[in-house]
Amino acid sequence: MSTSLFLVQMLNGLQLGVLLFLIAAGLTLVFGVMDFINLAHGVQYMIGAYLAAMFVGWTGNFWIGLALTLPAALMVGLVLERAVFRRLYGREHLDQILATFGLILFLNESVKVIWGAAPLSVPTPDLLSGNVRLVGGVLYPVYRLALIGAGLLVALGLAWLVNGTRVGMLVRAGASDAPMVAALGVDIRQLFARVAGFGAMLAGFAGALVAPIQSVEPGMGDNLLILAFVVIVIGGVGSVRGAFLGALIVGLVDVLGRAFGVPALKLVLSGSVASQAARSLAPMLIYIVMAGVLFWRPSGLFPAKS
Amino acid sequence: MDISVLRRAAAFAAGCLALSASAARADDGVKIGLIVTLSGPSAVLGGQVRDGFQLAVKTLGGKLGGLPAEVIVADDELKPDAAVTKVKGLLQRDNVNFVVGPIFSNVLQAIEKPVTESGVFLISPNAGSSNFAGKSCNPNFFVTSYQNDQVHEVLGKYAQTKGYKTAFVLEPNYQAGKDSLAGFKHDFKGEILEEAFTPLGQLDFSAELAKVATLKPEVFFTFMPGGMGINLVKQWKQAGLSEIPFLSAFTTDESTLPAEKDDAVGDLAGANWAPNMDNPQSKAFVAAYEAAYGFVPGTYAMQAYDAALLIDSAIKGAGGKLADHDALAAALKKADFVSLRGSFKFNNNNYPIQDFYLVKVAKRPDGKYQTEIVEKVFSDFGDDYAKDCQMK
Amino acid sequence: MSIFAPEAIRRSRAWGAPVLIVFAVLAVAPLVLRAGVDSYLLNLGARGLIFALAALALDYLMGQAGLVSFGHGAYLGLGAYSVAILAALGVDEIGVRLLVAIGVGALFALATGAISLRATGVYYIMSTLAFGQMLYFFAASLSAFGGDDGTTLDARGKLLGSAVLEDDRAFYAFALVLLILAYAVIDRLVGSRFGRVLAATRQNPLRAQAAGFEPFSYRLVACAISGAICAAAGVLLAEQAGFVSPAYQGWQRSGELLAMAILGGVGSLWGPIVGAVAYVILSEQLSTWTEHANMIFGPMLTLVALVGRGGLAGFFARMRRP
Repeated sequence: MSTSLFLVQMLNGLQLGVLLFLIAAGLTLVFGVMDFINLAHGVQYMIGAYLAAMFVGWTGNFWIGLALTLPAALMVGLVLERAVFRRLYGREHLDQILATFGLILFLNESVKVIWGAAPLSVPTPDLLSGNVRLVGGVLYPVYRLALIGAGLLVALGLAWLVNGTRVGMLVRAGASDAPMVAALGVDIRQLFARVAGFGAMLAGFAGALVAPIQSVEPGMGDNLLILAFVVIVIGGVGSVRGAFLGALIVGLVDVLGRAFGVPALKLVLSGSVASQAARSLAPMLIYIVMAGVLFWRPSGLFPAKS
Repeated sequence: MDISVLRRAAAFAAGCLALSASAARADDGVKIGLIVTLSGPSAVLGGQVRDGFQLAVKTLGGKLGGLPAEVIVADDELKPDAAVTKVKGLLQRDNVNFVVGPIFSNVLQAIEKPVTESGVFLISPNAGSSNFAGKSCNPNFFVTSYQNDQVHEVLGKYAQTKGYKTAFVLEPNYQAGKDSLAGFKHDFKGEILEEAFTPLGQLDFSAELAKVATLKPEVFFTFMPGGMGINLVKQWKQAGLSEIPFLSAFTTDESTLPAEKDDAVGDLAGANWAPNMDNPQSKAFVAAYEAAYGFVPGTYAMQAYDAALLIDSAIKGAGGKLADHDALAAALKKADFVSLRGSFKFNNNNYPIQDFYLVKVAKRPDGKYQTEIVEKVFSDFGDDYAKDCQMK
Repeated sequence: MSIFAPEAIRRSRAWGAPVLIVFAVLAVAPLVLRAGVDSYLLNLGARGLIFALAALALDYLMGQAGLVSFGHGAYLGLGAYSVAILAALGVDEIGVRLLVAIGVGALFALATGAISLRATGVYYIMSTLAFGQMLYFFAASLSAFGGDDGTTLDARGKLLGSAVLEDDRAFYAFALVLLILAYAVIDRLVGSRFGRVLAATRQNPLRAQAAGFEPFSYRLVACAISGAICAAAGVLLAEQAGFVSPAYQGWQRSGELLAMAILGGVGSLWGPIVGAVAYVILSEQLSTWTEHANMIFGPMLTLVALVGRGGLAGFFARMRRP
């Protein structure tokens, strides 16, 4: 096991973490501020990827396509908020689960009807294609480094937004005690709409970023949704900081566990037993970590509501 | 008693009656139940089978074996237990004479028994598990594709013939992936530097590709169907590994090439057919399929088309008597039709004996991508499990 | 925060009109529809009954204990794989299979509940999800049972030595009997002292504690009961399909169970039975009409959530009020 291989895996873990953060941030804000469980958040990620594929296909330019995807994803988020989410604030979580479950079914089928069942792809932009030679001589794609960079930038931007602006203050207050914020005269409906739209845009942005390196297909968001929920549980609902740390933890644990599980177990168990055990345990690892976090900190690492 | 209670009970009963109203009607044509995966990421494969089969029926004038044909399409949703219910619906509610499908081996595992035990013929245009080729072979079960291992054996043989000494193999961690590795190792006697298994659905291969770059094998072999394959091919290109020959099965085929585009050009694969195959019936099929559906057909569509031709020939061979089970079985076994791939006959286990080729991905002048035949690797190749099958 | 329409809640032991009608319709339907010996309708109906049993188990946990589980698919899997393992060991008797599955389900519920119950609200929900996913991946890694492909069962279990369950009519009847039995057991539990304390811990945990009842142990027992009954449903699922695979578990399946229970009306116990049967029949019927069934089915679920408070049972209860 060489250092360069380890470095590659660390970067992969970071990349997955950054992606999960973009998705989880919207999810945790919507949950924290509006107390709304949005199972359809994964499809918003998928829709972002499809929009990117469509716009890049039309314009032939990745950057223009990406720029067009953001407002489009925002629109989709706003429409969903107005049509469905708004009617469910204050209602039982179960009703929200059922409603957004129905949305998942509907939207997964809709993308198939609109764009066809065959997977789509987006070419990597020329500026970011090619590889970088890392320590140890291994090549790592430039695009993935750019993805990590973009995600970290967004994280910084979000941190500034949430902690340094008035809107961010309202969001934090809303996550802490929404009725009080409304009682203080803030237009809570507008705040909710903005949070939902912004969260959708973040998820869509993640989908667009991932499109050049992964295939765009129906249902691509479903498994990431579950990971995103794991992230916000580990990080603490309503907390962007928690989402960031939770996402990094999940990304690194998942990638490193899969990559080094077998060699690690081979140190203590015999060859084939180690392989089998590692292949069984590796996918479960993040859930084991989540269960562990819940055991010691039942409200996550950085809960917004204490 | 409450009116509302009565109303609700009535509504429920009405719903049930509506269900039973769609019961079978008597007619004198032939009914085919098509059960394939039409939802989720693999829906494109089910779509190709459905389209290929329906194209054949249309080309034959809406008839199979001279009888008017009705094709009922069902989606197994890649859920084996739901597939069992749907297949029973096809058998009992719709009274189909043949069931064509499925795409995936786990669905086949679930539906083979209900279909064959009811006396209806099951014809698989894709799934070809080893157990049904060997010990569990069945006179009511026919396959127009291949036994799963065979395609992988093509690439093992090619790698061995080319004299490669070291290989890196990448497989998804489920039964088909294990079968693929076994198939490759059947003929490849070089050293396999690593047998890497990735979890089903893993979409990010940078870790495994980094290992490839470090180990520097002479050849790379993989079986990564669907979205996984698309990601692998794209990431392979991005990782700058192009000096290493990329051999694959079901990874660069017409279902994934539209997404892989230039990234796949030059990659090698194994198949029993390619759209550029040089015989008149294949050329006509490719032209008709593209005209009708706008996509280049892959082996999935081809095998479905052949399944329709097979049924057509069998009904003719039985003189149109759908009720004569033995005559139909014998006629099916004879496989007396002109297959799109040229030579085709059944082995004793009802799996095909056919030629296999090395194919290469190429970009056509019209901008579409397809696989093209490079050389023949196996002639009249039967599978290894036939000897375990008790049928003659 | 309460999680259901108060009108629909089961308050006392009463076999009221709704329940009796539901069971009567379910019992009589196959005869009225002239379902044949090995009929597709019986197959579909049995599937409905099996999911009704699972939804009933889930509803008991949600309605009585106030705990929302997003991991109940795990119990379906435990029941199904118990059948696979016992069949491989040569154990044919369905009674034994059911007992083993019930035991395994209860044990799993106790073990995971001990951890999950330390969390509340959405954290509890996610914890159940985590355990469900863990079991799913574990089952997928069992290459002895076909891993992800699953494994077929040669024959259905025997009832007291006889292979009568191979007959789909008998199987349907057996499933119905189990459902009614489970309902009766749960009904008893709800009206018992245990049930009243459990309801108290749901309605006001602090006050229950002040009265000297520790919510944790009552909830844990409720988890075990719910898990055990759901595992029994898993046994039936495996027997009916003749096939066992990890696809029975996983969050999509758990989500469907939640949808069935919510559709029917959480807390009413009979509502989720109807909800499950309706869900199974409806999604099957829609898929025979169109390839894009989910474009209709999805919005239907969303609409029910938007409009109906307390699902079918809640709607019915409001209709009853003059």
